Amino acid sequence: MGKLFKARIGRKATRSRMGNGLVVFLLLIIAAFMAAPMIYTINLAFKPMGELLRFPPTFFVQNPTLRNFADLSNAVSSSLVPFSRYIFNSFFISIVGTAGHVTLACLAAFPLAKHNFPGRKIMFSVIVLALMFSPIILNIPRYLQMARFGWLDSYFAILFPAMVTTLGLYLMKQFMEQINDSVLEAARIDGASELKVWWHVVLPAVKPAYLTLVLFAFQGIWNDPTPVMLYITTESKKTLPLALTYVMQGGLPRLGSTAVIGFLLMIPPIAIFILTQRNVIETMKSSGMKD
Amino acid sequence: MSEKAKKYAISYAMVGPFMILFAIFTVVPVIIAIVYSFSNYNVMQPPQFFSLNNFFDNYLRLFLDDEVFLISLRNTMLFAFITGPISYVACLLVAWFINDLGPKVRAWVTLLFYAPSLSANVYFIWQFIFSSDSNGLVNTFLMRFGFITEPVLWRHDTRYTLMVVIVVQLWLSLGTAFLAFIAGLQNVDKTLYEAGAIDGIKNRWQELYHITLPSMKEQLMFGAVIQITAAFAVGTISQELIGRPSPLYSANTLIMHMEDYALAPRFELGYACAIAVVLFSITLGINQLVRKLLQRGSKDG
Repeated sequence: MGKLFKARIGRKATRSRMGNGLVVFLLLIIAAFMAAPMIYTINLAFKPMGELLRFPPTFFVQNPTLRNFADLSNAVSSSLVPFSRYIFNSFFISIVGTAGHVTLACLAAFPLAKHNFPGRKIMFSVIVLALMFSPIILNIPRYLQMARFGWLDSYFAILFPAMVTTLGLYLMKQFMEQINDSVLEAARIDGASELKVWWHVVLPAVKPAYLTLVLFAFQGIWNDPTPVMLYITTESKKTLPLALTYVMQGGLPRLGSTAVIGFLLMIPPIAIFILTQRNVIETMKSSGMKD
Repeated sequence: MSEKAKKYAISYAMVGPFMILFAIFTVVPVIIAIVYSFSNYNVMQPPQFFSLNNFFDNYLRLFLDDEVFLISLRNTMLFAFITGPISYVACLLVAWFINDLGPKVRAWVTLLFYAPSLSANVYFIWQFIFSSDSNGLVNTFLMRFGFITEPVLWRHDTRYTLMVVIVVQLWLSLGTAFLAFIAGLQNVDKTLYEAGAIDGIKNRWQELYHITLPSMKEQLMFGAVIQITAAFAVGTISQELIGRPSPLYSANTLIMHMEDYALAPRFELGYACAIAVVLFSITLGINQLVRKLLQRGSKDG
């Protein structure tokens, strides 16, 4: 009897076999919906021309080829910019923007989380408020600003707004709040300046959070064609998502090359997530909104 | 300099760079949009601000004289009220389902579900999946199994255009909130489950309602903000998949309407700013409302 009781305590007790079956069934359906377009894109990228134009269309590739990859330079040849330039530009703005964002957010989150200074509460409320509308709404006034600053056709117009995305600061501040104050006090008593405390005590303790910011910032800049479309006019400064739009206009004959660009666009964010996933989940544990 | 001022100075120096840039690129644009929304502004000439007797002209014109605005407003609301709640529940349910899996499997399954929003640009493929000719995957599938005999014009028939955008947006919506929920679920104190089992909780749904959800209130609040904000900002997807303007404006959203007036040939920036202000107010308003409701709900529960 005692043994039976023990077995019923814990999570198993609330998990019926039929319920488990239902859960697995629902998960499989949603998984298929999520994965199918990704798998289809990858398959298209490796299809030879004959299979791309086959009617009715097939989902999976039968005779994979790398032709579509080789064809990329042809597909963008009329833009007069080598394909590698789009890749370089995408990496360039994503890396610079991410580095800037993570640095600024790490710096700003520390006083917001651990110092007591006039204006702290208001600053943080404004940051939370900014989470409640998409910056895309601000495209018109931002454009007028960039024109005034003389930043049209300049990466500055993309990088500076990207560096002050509020989600990153929000997550970093929430994470930093968990650091034990006594650890900071101990460092201060040893004579460390605030900047030293930040560098030697705080930053090592928030590694999961800054890796999370790296993921979100990189993914955000890498994926977003809007600011590039808005501000950049010189073809040689444009990025991979714009090359995608460009090649896609070639229609069905360019479907293979289009899919290749889609495939290339997937790789970096997914790779970063695979490397950082554990840290990201750790960070999101403190993402909660308190009131 | 007093000890206190010195202490504040270092704080301000550290928040300064972020907050100054944030003020320039987010706070100031909000103000500019509000101010210009009370003017006629065509870029070539300086803005002509309205006098008191025609102060609300842009807003009156929006609601009384602009049918496409009303359609876009309706579409945006319809869209947000469908995708917002569905995506929110989907984030929660999927996170909850996979929480029962072992850590290794869970990591890979998380990647699988998060992958679409990670590589958001890949949504272009839906254009080929929902092709209006019989080359599209959905049409091929439906025709092979005899559900339809003629290809459906998914991206052109006004009965389906908004639905296509909704499906694609849902596909993209297991994002930041989803990750927050996964983390929130792992955070729940395990002993609560054991105590609950002793207290007579019989199945997973009771457990979810009485133990799990109350333990992750803060994540639920955060997730709501993220999903609502995303649901109201849709425009690019509709524009890329359906076109701008969409057939009979059937999938036009406020973002698209705003761009319509801001760009060539119209250049009616004052009017476009009024649209921006309307969307801004709706997003903030709904966010605050839902936050209040969640707070009240969690106090009662």
